[in-house]
Amino acid sequence: MAVKRYNVRMAGLGGQGVVTASHILSNGVVISGAHSSLVPFFGSEKRNAPVESYVRISAEEIYEIGEIIYPNIIMIFHPSVITLGKSYTMPFYTGLKEGGVCVINSGTPINFTPDEKKGLEDMNAKVYYVPCTEIANEVAKTDLATNMGMCGAISAVLGMPDLVSLGGSVKDRFIGKGIVVSGGTAALDSAIEKKFAKKAKLLEANMRTLHATYKYVMDQGWAHPDAKLVDADELVASASGAAV
Amino acid sequence: MSTPTAEVKRKNTGKHTNVPGKPEGWVPAGDLQEVVTLEKMLTLPRETIFMTGSEAARESIRRANVDMAIAYPITPQSETMQQAGYLYDEGYIKDYYRGEEEIGSMSAISGASRAGVRSLTATSGPGLMRGMEAISSWPGARTPLVLLDMCRVINTPLAIQPDNIEISFLLETGMLVMHAENQQDFYDYPLIAFIVSEEVDVTLPCTVSVDGFFVTHARGNVSIVDKKYKIPPRDGWRNAVPSMDNENPPARLSRDAPIQKSNFISYHMHASWQQEVFAAVERSAKYFDKYLGGLIEVVNPGSDEMLIASGAAVSQAREAVRQEGEKGNKIGLIKVKTIRPWPGPQIIEAAKHAKKIFVPEFNQAGWLHKNVTTTLYGHCQAKIYNGPRVFGGMTMPTELILDWLKESRERKE
Repeated sequence: MAVKRYNVRMAGLGGQGVVTASHILSNGVVISGAHSSLVPFFGSEKRNAPVESYVRISAEEIYEIGEIIYPNIIMIFHPSVITLGKSYTMPFYTGLKEGGVCVINSGTPINFTPDEKKGLEDMNAKVYYVPCTEIANEVAKTDLATNMGMCGAISAVLGMPDLVSLGGSVKDRFIGKGIVVSGGTAALDSAIEKKFAKKAKLLEANMRTLHATYKYVMDQGWAHPDAKLVDADELVASASGAAV
Repeated sequence: MSTPTAEVKRKNTGKHTNVPGKPEGWVPAGDLQEVVTLEKMLTLPRETIFMTGSEAARESIRRANVDMAIAYPITPQSETMQQAGYLYDEGYIKDYYRGEEEIGSMSAISGASRAGVRSLTATSGPGLMRGMEAISSWPGARTPLVLLDMCRVINTPLAIQPDNIEISFLLETGMLVMHAENQQDFYDYPLIAFIVSEEVDVTLPCTVSVDGFFVTHARGNVSIVDKKYKIPPRDGWRNAVPSMDNENPPARLSRDAPIQKSNFISYHMHASWQQEVFAAVERSAKYFDKYLGGLIEVVNPGSDEMLIASGAAVSQAREAVRQEGEKGNKIGLIKVKTIRPWPGPQIIEAAKHAKKIFVPEFNQAGWLHKNVTTTLYGHCQAKIYNGPRVFGGMTMPTELILDWLKESRERKE
């Protein structure tokens, strides 16, 4: 895509880690040396409630803030955002710019309504299905890593941030500077940590999920020419350099 | 501004030993900071960190030498005051508690300020409205303190998004009102707010308003000074009116009995008291001008088409200026940093030549538009457009500003 600026709108369900994903993607872009900002949008923090989060990515300094009304990238973390209307933005592609991209977490294509089909066609939108939850279950042994899968997939589609910067951002989130997302997320952290006896193990599972979906997008031929796969073990090693 | 003597510093260091819940000999982190003047604080080398607006506010409070913080949680303010709670735990804030609700919090923080200590509170939209009875009495009571106001919808339908109509309710109270654009401003402005509000010829509360979620919960690059520095403490004896003396009984709860007893009050006294409050607002301008590097910022001065904005609308306007610039159109922008004091003369100077003026705002009332039109009446031939505006806390898409510009050109007025 010949766009120097990405406006990414993420939509998903409460508990899927949409806001966390936006922090990780945005921080990864900053680590890679480009500019990024983000803003979350949610009501009460509860499972299954609609959640949106917005990430701006640019080679230049970013001025705009607030939610993104006219995105050129849309990420759908759960099919029911579209099929059950679990979204603040209906239909989900509202505001999508001409030639925009939708990355949808689903193993199978969504059965769009005729209106939705037309809406997407009118905007000349590209729709990519990435089975992030399946990959998370397979690689990390938990669907909680779905958001990591979405981060890996979008980074390949955009060609930024590179995998190592993205991995560095995940490391910041779990064992580095401790990115503050929200009080509810802090409680979730301790639950996940119990599941993974050690943070290092948790980090490795996340890294491998990032890698797997990044590779999936490359294998499908949807990746940006700048996307570059690194070895999974190297990625894990790059993140485990820090003291745990 | 006085800096503490070595003697005061020695007396203060380590005085909080044996604090419950802290190890023996615990020293509050704030006692180990070095005091520097605000001028120096604003010019010291900085490190740039990618952080949320709430974290930026925390880093500001960390360096602000705050004695007392009282707040009642409300979204989206809660996150910032949670961060302030960590500062209390580390010993950067001397005392901190959660109020019962906003009338209580706003009354209590006024008491703290009257006692002569540096005081901080925070709220959002509906909380501000609930606290308004107490807040409206702050300026007349001459209580220097800082209110961080994370704007949020107050009108129905209910929402928690950052509509800033609440600022209009503060404008005629006699408070100082700053409107921060982004995370960086939300770090810089509170430090400036404390010092200006405590100047003897000001002695007024100062609000630092910011457009809620877009800044508090969003990340941006913020350049901050090393945490080993803090600004000088409040000198409670340098005030326009005496501080309350709690050490020597009987403690005087009122400033001056005849002023507070309505059956004694003369209308002249009320008038002169209020005139003095608003004169103090004007006197604060010289300090804001010095520390903010001007009450307004002007981008592309001299342009025929100008945008005048405050808060988050400035960011959207900057992007509109950039996108129009890429098409070869030079659009001007005036960022209004302080709403009170209102930079009337500066706005006239920067806008008097303009042919068209747009005032993008994140509220229904158009309070900035009203102030701009009142100021420019008789000083400027420009057509002043009544917008664009967004309601209910929606972000103003840059596209909306571009549309207004486009339509105004097509209309050929």
